[in-house]
Amino acid sequence: MLLLLAVPLATIFAFSFWTQDFLNIDHTFTLKNYQEAFSDPIYRAIMLRSVTIAGAVTVVTVVLAFPIAYFVSFHVRPERKAFWVFLITIPFWTSYLLRAFLWKVILGFNGVLNSGLLWLGLIDEPLTFILYNSNAVVITLAHAFAPFTILPIYVALEKIDRSLLEASQDLGEGTVRTFFRVTLPLAMPGVIAATLIVFIPTIGDYVTPRLVGGPDGLMIANMIQTQFLKLNNAPMGAALSVLAMTAVTLISLVFLFANRRFLK
Amino acid sequence: MSSIISLSGIHKYYGDYHALRGIDLEIKQGEFFSLLGPSGCGKTTLLRVIAGFEDVSEGVLLLDGANMARVPANKRPTNMVFQSYAIFPHLTVGQNVAFGLRKKGLSKADMAAAADEALTMVGLAGYGSRAAHALSGGQRQRVALARALVLKPKVLLLDEPLSALDKKMREQMQSELRRLQRQVGITFILVTHDQEEALIMSDRIAVMFEGEIAQMASPQELYRRPATRRVGEFIGVMNFLEAKQTGTTEKAVSFDVEGLGNAEISVDQLPEGARATADVVGLRPEALSILFEGQNPTGRVADATVQDLAYYGDMTYYEVTLEGSSTPVTISMKNLISRPVLERGTKTRVQWDERSLVIFAA
Repeated sequence: MLLLLAVPLATIFAFSFWTQDFLNIDHTFTLKNYQEAFSDPIYRAIMLRSVTIAGAVTVVTVVLAFPIAYFVSFHVRPERKAFWVFLITIPFWTSYLLRAFLWKVILGFNGVLNSGLLWLGLIDEPLTFILYNSNAVVITLAHAFAPFTILPIYVALEKIDRSLLEASQDLGEGTVRTFFRVTLPLAMPGVIAATLIVFIPTIGDYVTPRLVGGPDGLMIANMIQTQFLKLNNAPMGAALSVLAMTAVTLISLVFLFANRRFLK
Repeated sequence: MSSIISLSGIHKYYGDYHALRGIDLEIKQGEFFSLLGPSGCGKTTLLRVIAGFEDVSEGVLLLDGANMARVPANKRPTNMVFQSYAIFPHLTVGQNVAFGLRKKGLSKADMAAAADEALTMVGLAGYGSRAAHALSGGQRQRVALARALVLKPKVLLLDEPLSALDKKMREQMQSELRRLQRQVGITFILVTHDQEEALIMSDRIAVMFEGEIAQMASPQELYRRPATRRVGEFIGVMNFLEAKQTGTTEKAVSFDVEGLGNAEISVDQLPEGARATADVVGLRPEALSILFEGQNPTGRVADATVQDLAYYGDMTYYEVTLEGSSTPVTISMKNLISRPVLERGTKTRVQWDERSLVIFAA
């Protein structure tokens, strides 16, 4: 197990300090790849875009997932809750790849959404800002990860002792204040877990930007693939991978510390 | 004294289930009032109705003269100590206590001072900065109490607050709650299933069965004159002996009581509405006593045989059968140095008093 995880990682790490010499790999230790990654504006732009898109996906998913989780936890009758959780997992029944393709069909120039809106007379010409750009990537990823975020938030909400909400009311707070002073702080561990669950995989996502992202929606994983396969520059790809992993690690650590504060 | 709480004709339905069946109740300002009953009798529902967590299906609830229909829980002048204490786990002890003070428009310093004062009152001075989840059961209970009292409610509602504590702690909290209640002068309404606790703490007790108040009286009255057999059974221990009415004069009713013989009971001892044909009388364990050798009787005497006993250290509880009866009768005797503890099978004599017989209303 350790071997399966450690060897590829170590290889990537090693590659990132080498250089491509036409057909061969030059095994001399160098930081050239990293210098290039930091100095070339294209890498910086793509890295930044990856973080921004992953961040946007996370925010959209968590903000949309919270009300759903809240509804199931607080307003669905206990004997129906299992059924609702089951409903939430239905998107998992089709593969991720198929769902990304379907969003292409929905969001396309002659897609379901545009034809629908045209037919309704709400728009005069097809919307173009919804496919082949970062918006499309955000929509598709948010949909793909929604169930993953609903569940941890739902679990955190379920764990809240309902008498705490009554106590808050009893002490003079209305529904809204009770939510912000009691429910939300106690649901924070779930929210942070959800954030990590979305953020970590989306930052390195390859399929969705490839399918619906167009040239403006490409992310770091696409660039890494290009380096390895198309440009035949494995060391550069390895260096970008290491940087992407470092970024994820740093951001995750920030959230973990935040979580520790809330779990206290 | 005026009524701080007045309930009239309160009904509560959960679908088909009739949880409260016409509750009429007046609670005076400054009273320590208990709702006592077995689980499922509606006592907690009634408390939650007063707090505003349950709306009533029918009836009127007045709190300090104001009608509470449509007044939500957060606008009522009541505060509650929950059975689970409901301490906010994400806040410190001080933040918990100050939780309700936000609305009072106090400055930060005033809020902290008020919280500290409340914590001192419940014996937790200096605990303000501790994390709430690190407290013991008894401490949580005190925090819950401080959190409610700091708001100076007109009525403090306590939902079985002592049931989660161990015996020693419970006894300590019982006397502490009484002391606090006298100190702050706030009306306390306590829900409990523990009859001993209700007797110790309350000024007045309402005994509830199946959504109705079976009897409402002071602890002494309740113990000495339970209105029904069921109340008598629920409060303390009570022996029941078959009885047949044999005659009535203007001043007394005579009964032939199983194992004890003829008993004349004065009419002022009879509860209102007592059935003329009462077929059972009640007798508390301490109303009978064993006559040890060399003791002269001061009341009526009957022969008995010791069937079983339970030795409690300070007391011994004997289970005896009276001559001519097979009903087991419990007698409690204080253990004195001069008194032997009788063994099973011992023939002895017991003495009793007609004045301690209880006739039930229904």
